[in-house]
This record gives sequence, structure tokens and C-alpha cells, in this order.
Amino acid sequence: MRAPETAVTLQRRLAVTLAGFGALAFFACLLAPLVGSTPIHLARVFDRSIPFADNVDAQIFFVARLPRVLAAALVGSGLALAGVVFQALLRNPLASPDTLGVSAGAALGAMLAITFHADFTLLSVSAVPLASFAGSIGALAMVYGLSAARRRGQSTMVLLLAGVTLTALLSAVVRFVQYLADFTATFQTVRWLMGSLDVAGYSSIVAALVPMAIAIAGYATLPRVLDLMSLGAEAAAARGVDVTRSERVALVSASLSTGAAVSLGGPVAFVGIIVPHLVRLIVGADHRLVLPASALFGAAFLVACDLVARTALAPVELPVGIVTAIIGGPFFLWLLFRKA
Amino acid sequence: MTAVLEASGVSFAYDRHGPRVLDAASLTVRPRAILGLLGPNGSGKTTLLRLLSGTLTPDAGHVTIEGTPLSALSRRDLARRIAVVPQETHSAFDFTVLDIVLMGRYPHLGAFELEGAQDLAIARDALAATGTAAFETRRFGTLSGGEKQRVVVASALAQASDVLLLDEPTASLDLGFQFEVAGLLGRLNRERGVTMVVSTHDLNLAAALCTELALIKDGRILAQGAIADVLTASNVRALYGVDADVQFHPRAGHVTVVPIARA
Repeated sequence: MRAPETAVTLQRRLAVTLAGFGALAFFACLLAPLVGSTPIHLARVFDRSIPFADNVDAQIFFVARLPRVLAAALVGSGLALAGVVFQALLRNPLASPDTLGVSAGAALGAMLAITFHADFTLLSVSAVPLASFAGSIGALAMVYGLSAARRRGQSTMVLLLAGVTLTALLSAVVRFVQYLADFTATFQTVRWLMGSLDVAGYSSIVAALVPMAIAIAGYATLPRVLDLMSLGAEAAAARGVDVTRSERVALVSASLSTGAAVSLGGPVAFVGIIVPHLVRLIVGADHRLVLPASALFGAAFLVACDLVARTALAPVELPVGIVTAIIGGPFFLWLLFRKA
Repeated sequence: MTAVLEASGVSFAYDRHGPRVLDAASLTVRPRAILGLLGPNGSGKTTLLRLLSGTLTPDAGHVTIEGTPLSALSRRDLARRIAVVPQETHSAFDFTVLDIVLMGRYPHLGAFELEGAQDLAIARDALAATGTAAFETRRFGTLSGGEKQRVVVASALAQASDVLLLDEPTASLDLGFQFEVAGLLGRLNRERGVTMVVSTHDLNLAAALCTELALIKDGRILAQGAIADVLTASNVRALYGVDADVQFHPRAGHVTVVPIARA
């Protein structure tokens, strides 16, 4: 069957994709807070006839549970978007914030800020997200530097190996800092390093929103560039892409959104690999669809994983990173061996 | 003034202190020509094509398109005038053939503009011209080498440039596909007036397809001119160190080169 006009069909596919994945993310965020140790009802939560001070359901919904759900959504989006960008830039489906060491860098940055009680702000962004972003961009710069030193034009294999090595190295540094830190700080960071969305209130979410918003502005310029880059940097340049500039925008955006995500939820593993893959299976290869769909699906996915983490062994709460790793590990192996 | 694309005394080294891959090379590409670029491995063919396409900038000398230096044009403007077909193209993701061809429209679209009816018509026309219209909806990754190469040529045609640069377009293809791709290039040149620069190791294919040849060795242009003047036994020996029998083949209708022994 022949499509009449690509712009029209693409617009329609974009609308369907956004509506579908948008609804998924919206209902995940709306319904997930209803589940928990105390059952609450949606109708009562939004019952305007009861004042908020007397409405226990609304209080549980908005004060106790919604911040955590929104944090999950933000973390899921940030990691999924970074995954999409890394995979397209490196032309490798196994690239992600985890495999490149970017998550580990962000984790180290955030952990240093937590352990040493760093307390400063820059442009209204507080210390932990800032340190987290610094860590992620530092790790990325190191991986790039290492691979660029070996030869011009990053060889993807070298880059992935460098990422694995860097992750191991940074994890050792993280454990070293933990070893030196006092007991309460250690307890706090151990939990957080497993990937935990135990946020209280909205302030940390608002803090993470600033780098996330800048990252999204960067991502918005990228979809078509990523399509072309997946044919190779030289092919993209020959079709009119300013490769150096686009790569810079892409890497800074991906570092920012990884930093924002990790500062909020810790280095939650595998989201950056699972989500883009499932999305590509559904919407195809076009990044004009893949990028927004991954942001929305990443949000829904991590909200769902966190729901499992909160309820599976209730009243004990698991760190969400354990849930994503249990789902993601086998998925990653399946990806590795599927094409072999 | 008869050059579309012209390199004047271009030099280039990948590392500042490394060897010069190109050393004061000059090349003239005339309108509607198919210029064949012949030379041994590592002679600088690919680098010269990268300088001609503007993806690399020469350390010395300059490249001009219709008199305008490439350095004065943006990447987007360059891509509207010069298209490139690499030796092989792989896509990291599952794009369809039509997707790949539509990517050629990138330099003609605004930052957030989607491909319209006109872009689709141009892409379909390019598919038809390369005999690939039947695979429009197929996954690019499932095509054979020769089919992929024709689709990439279609993508370059959709770019609607004046000049097409091809880097060993038949190197990884078997004899049948080599013949097919060469036939396609010749037809596009005759019917659409596309100017081409083709690098190749296949002397017979160059003799059959090209209107003119340039010989490159150690980063220098040894000769540029008509096939009969340039493709000689002494030049083949100078380029490759091979004694060859170079004769006009009446059935083929062009000069053929039969290697005899290492010189």
C-alpha cells in the first residue's frame, strides 16, 4: 500500500504515538498512587466538596505518594532519552547510560555531594543534581577521550569497553568514599545507590526539572539528525548535518538528563536499554517518533516498576533498581544473543 | 571556465605531524563528466573525495564549486550541491528503503519541517531511476549488497545535487552487481546529466564507464585526461607495479587492461 503524503502520514503517526504513549504515562501516574498499604479511592481524592485538610485520601495521594510517582516518571524519562541518543550516536543498540559509565559517573558525583553534605546552589539548581551532572559529563568526557586517543572517529567497541572499565573503576571509588564516610551517610547512600525513589516532597523533583528541561530543549533539535547519524557520521555530514555541533548538543543533553535522573533516583539500571528497544519494536526506527515515545514510555515503565517495588514484598519496600535489574538483566542477554 | 568542482593544490594530513596523505593535488571536474579516480591502496583517493565533498578541509590549497570555495558554504548548502555514495552503508536501525531515500531530502527541509508531497515525489522518482521502486517498503537491512548500493544512489539522487561523489561503489559487489551499478551510473549521467567522480580499483570498469580519468599515487595526481591518453601500459606500471596488456576491445567497445606479471 502506498502512503499518499509522508508529511500527513508522519503527522498522523506522531499524533497516534503521542496520544497512545501519553495516555499510558498519564494513567500510570494517576493510578499508581492509589495502590499502597492504605487503600484510597480516586473519586474521593478529587472530591472537591471535602476540604483538603479533612480529605485523608487526597493527602495520601498528593503528599505521600504522588511525589514518588512523579520522581519515577522523571527518572524513567531521563534515562530512556539518554539511552536513545547514545544508541543512535554510537550506532550500537547496547549503548546506554549504564554501559558507557555515565550513570556511574553521575552516581559518584551525587554520592560525594550527599556524603560531604555539600550545600550550594547554582542558577537555583541544588548541589546534588549539579554534582550528579558534573559526574556524568566527566565520565562521558573520559570515555570519549580514551577512545579518541586510540584513533579518530570513536570505534564503538572501544567506547563500550571503556565504559565497562570506567563503571568498575567508579564503583570502586564509590565504595572507597563509603568506607570513609560515617555510618548514617553510608546507610543513606547504600540505599540510594541501589536505585531508590524514596523522595519526600516536591523540592528535589523541582530541582531535577531544571537540568531536565534544558536537556529536553536539546533533544528537540535532534530527531532527524539521529536518523542520519545512524547511517554513520560521514553519511550524515554528506547529507548536510553539522556533525560536531549535533554531537555536542546530543552528549550534553544526554549527560544532563542522566544527571537529573540519577540525582533523583540513583543509578537505576537498564531503563536506558529496555525502553528504547521496546519503543522501536512498536513505532519503528524514525527518531521523530522514537524520542518522544521513549520519554513517555520510560516514565510509565519506571512508575510501573516502582509500583512492583513498593508492593511486591509489602510492607518491605524494595529499591526500584533491583526490580529493573531483574527485568533488565535477562532482557539485555536476550538482546546480545538474539542476532547471533 | 569549464569546471564544476575543482581542487587546486590541496594538501592534507590526518595528524598534524603525520604523513601527508595528499600533497598539492589538483583536479578538475568538468560538467557532465564521469571522472574516474584510479590509484593504489593508500594513495589518497578516499581523502581526496572527502576534500571534494567538504567533509574534510584541506590544510593547504582550496576546493571550489562553480568558483565558490567550499569553506564559504554551510554543511547544508554543500549537501544541496554535492552528494556522496560511500563504499558500503549500514543502518544501525531498521529503516525502510523509502526512509533511507527520504533522508536525502534533509538539506532541503527546515529544522522542524516534515517531508511533504514534493519530497515524496522526488524520492519516488529517485527510486524509479535506480530500479528500486519495488522495494520501497522493505527493510534496508534485508537487501543484498547491490540492492543496497542502488538505494544509496537513490538517496543521493533525492538530494538533488549537481555532483555525485562515489567511493569505490562496486568494491564489495560481485560481477553481476558491479555491471548493474556501473550501468545505472552511466544511464544517470546520460539521461540526467549528473556529474560524477568515481574512485575505483577496477580499471576495466573505469574504462567502460568514465569519460575521463585521473591517476593518483602517494597523494599526488600523476595525470588527468582522456582514457586513451591516461590508461596506458606505462601508467599502469607506474601506479601498481604491474605489467599489463592494454588494448582496445572491439566487442566491449572500450580499452581493456589484462594484468600479466608483477613488474
